[in-house]
Amino acid sequence: MRETLAKDPYNIVITGVGGQGNVMASRVLSNMLVRKGFKVTIGETFGMSQRGGSVMSHIRVSSAFVWSPQIPKGGADLIVAIEPIEAIRVLAGYGNRSVKVLVNLRPIYPVGVITGEEEYPSAETIRATVTALAAEARFLAATEEAIRIGNPILGNIVMIGAVAGLGVLPIDRELFERVIRDGMPAARVEDNLRAFAIGEASVALKSPLPQGEEQNLREPNRTVLENVSKFSWKEVKR
Amino acid sequence: MALDREQKEGAEVLLMGNEAIARGALEAGVRVAAGYPGTPSSEIIETLSRFSEAGKLYVEWSTNEKVAMEVAAAASFAGLRSLCVMKQNGVNVASDFLLHLAGSGTRGGMILVTCDDPGALSSVNEGESRHFARLMEIPLIEPADFQEAKEMTRWAFDLSEQIRNVVMVRSVTRMSHASGNIVLGTLPALKGKAEFLCDGPVSDPERGPVISAPVIAKHRLQQEKLRKATALFEESPFNAYSGPEKPELLIITSSACTLYSREAVSLLRAEGRAGILKLGTTWPLPPALLKRHLRRTQKVLIVEEVLPFLEDQVKILAAEQAREIGIKTFYGKNDGALPTVGELNPDLVAAAVGRILGIDPPAIPAEYGDKLRRLTEFLPKRDQTFCPGCPHRASYWGIREALQRDNRGGFVCGDIGCYAMAVLFQAAGFHTAKTLHAMGSGAGIASGFGKLGPFGMTQPVLAVCGDSTFYHAAIPALINAVHQRADITFIVLDNSGTAMTGFQSHPGLDVNAMGEAAPMVDIAALCGAMGVPVTIGDPFELIETRETLNRLLEEPGVKVLILKQSCALSPEKKGKKRFLVRVDDTLCRGEACGCNRLCTRIFRCPGLLWNRERKRAEIDEVICAGCGFCAGICPAGAIRSEEAAKP
Repeated sequence: MRETLAKDPYNIVITGVGGQGNVMASRVLSNMLVRKGFKVTIGETFGMSQRGGSVMSHIRVSSAFVWSPQIPKGGADLIVAIEPIEAIRVLAGYGNRSVKVLVNLRPIYPVGVITGEEEYPSAETIRATVTALAAEARFLAATEEAIRIGNPILGNIVMIGAVAGLGVLPIDRELFERVIRDGMPAARVEDNLRAFAIGEASVALKSPLPQGEEQNLREPNRTVLENVSKFSWKEVKR
Repeated sequence: MALDREQKEGAEVLLMGNEAIARGALEAGVRVAAGYPGTPSSEIIETLSRFSEAGKLYVEWSTNEKVAMEVAAAASFAGLRSLCVMKQNGVNVASDFLLHLAGSGTRGGMILVTCDDPGALSSVNEGESRHFARLMEIPLIEPADFQEAKEMTRWAFDLSEQIRNVVMVRSVTRMSHASGNIVLGTLPALKGKAEFLCDGPVSDPERGPVISAPVIAKHRLQQEKLRKATALFEESPFNAYSGPEKPELLIITSSACTLYSREAVSLLRAEGRAGILKLGTTWPLPPALLKRHLRRTQKVLIVEEVLPFLEDQVKILAAEQAREIGIKTFYGKNDGALPTVGELNPDLVAAAVGRILGIDPPAIPAEYGDKLRRLTEFLPKRDQTFCPGCPHRASYWGIREALQRDNRGGFVCGDIGCYAMAVLFQAAGFHTAKTLHAMGSGAGIASGFGKLGPFGMTQPVLAVCGDSTFYHAAIPALINAVHQRADITFIVLDNSGTAMTGFQSHPGLDVNAMGEAAPMVDIAALCGAMGVPVTIGDPFELIETRETLNRLLEEPGVKVLILKQSCALSPEKKGKKRFLVRVDDTLCRGEACGCNRLCTRIFRCPGLLWNRERKRAEIDEVICAGCGFCAGICPAGAIRSEEAAKP
């Protein structure tokens, strides 16, 4: 594990749709970095996120300073997208030639797509677009992995594991375990550790998506959507 | 990972700005905290409520912000430290009491925490509470980072006791809802009993009655308190300069804008040319401190959000001191360097600083930038809408059908809550709701519309209001409508909670902010006591709702309809389906029906899908909350619902 930051401040955007555990992911990652002695600022936009809106957390990591809760335009070092088109939305505002992007390929359709008024871009388009604009792009089947563990919401933790796997931040599994053991009931720790390990390994392996999996990505993401409908406003706010 | 009792003094933890404010109040030994929910302020009372304990800390969600301030003031009068919390427009509600409180003065340290929302990220206004500090002649302090949010809150109680008056602590969304490192301080041993000493003369601030009269004498005393605060501000560690001894440009800033300014200077690599004076005490400004720093240079940029509050004060002081500090060139709001609407960010500040210093902010290479700009063109929007199973969608559908049948151009006066989305996004309210202003204003505006019949107005007037909003500010407006014989149909959208801000308790529920059992105040009984007819309905019963409304729209005077159905996200409903809903393919005729896809295109519940290939409607069984309401809207009767088996 590295001990320093690749850049100071190191700027991370975690994005997704309300109900995907975006805020939880940013808290877990930031808490790991605070334990390592870094100054972290998280800026969040979650005004009405429970009603299907995009959610975005800006995380600024520094060895010495408190940085603004808003990353300057074009200033992201790492984009973690729990929903694919949100990766593109964030790239449009915060992308640059050296940005690294992690994308969970499982879509959550906006209302306009559900009602047939708008079209959702294909997985191929999303892949090609992100790859063309990022210095490094990784596509994960985080939700599918999380479903295999038994809870699609853990897709957010698979993505955090992938961040650790990238090796750009001084974080590892042991640190993750310490943070979640303090923050959640013991019964949930094991699944979280598995999700983290899968994410970490899938980035290291460089071929996370098994053949044929992409066809499934065009189907509505029912399991994640289930989480959206079970989701509570309180959870966002914590 | 939130603030909890286990965290120890000296620990460095990650906290939300609002949690930092709550922790600051706890470290100051706050005994009474009151507020009304409103984004971005709600987490302060929520956090404090977790620390509530009989005889140590009392926490309440009050009916409105004025009452919250009065409750906190009473504790102060009885010698205890107290705090009241509200979002920016809550200060407007509390301002009548605040005017008198500032005149009467306080005893135990009392602070008013306001959380403003520049950019209106979760508001329908960009109101500014800073101006109230000047208007009410009370000190204003503003934290610029998370540690300061805690430290300044704690210090505000000391300051309040030193000057015997209420102190305003102002945060903004980007401070309250952002998170950062906080080193925790000590929680004090709580001591001292509540007693209101009131056997002395009016002139005795310790034992006299608490009152803002005799006004001239009390007003003079109030201004002496403010001068004392200004003297303390001259030495405050919360005001700090960083930069070259003689910078080319002096940036004066406060609050979250401090972080944007630092970042802007860093982006431009202008550390050798620009210095930043960060002010924590923003009203009144300490004149000697300002003089010291204004002397540094000739060019001054004031960085703040929305209106030029700081800028105006700095200019006044600079004019008064011109003989000693020289003539300055000011940049900020009045010259258009920074916008007077919306929130700021590092890029806007960098652009302003760059223009003054002649430095181009770092730019994205043109070719790459063009690619980025084209990205959003093919992305579908993420429109906000009511949740699946939301009773408000059903209520507005019932209103829509009733108004269509009535056919006199009737409309709804909207109010503040989730149901305001009907006005913000007309597709969510089926184009029925047409006005949206302050808490309770739907009833008040309707009361006015309801008197315009003699002027030739023939449109039926409806007003909606949620349960928490009813208690907050709708009652006086409704009483007015009754007394003036206004012709209105007043609909309470009762979903059993303050749903929009996170299910905080209100007087209609049987539990209070601390989780204790509490008596319920019945909305129907209150309306009935006003002497008007009250009907209680279920918004999921479409035909009944529509027929009731059509009957009420024909009747003169005030009519009340309470549409009661709890929020789809409420704990008793979440994840439980009352009905299993499906589309019968033999009955759904798709685009051949002539309904023009009423269910997916107009009704637009996220649980209904339009299958492009099959050209038929479908139910997404995962998204569908099982309310069963849509079964009643399909003209072909193709949406079928059956009672789900009890688990």
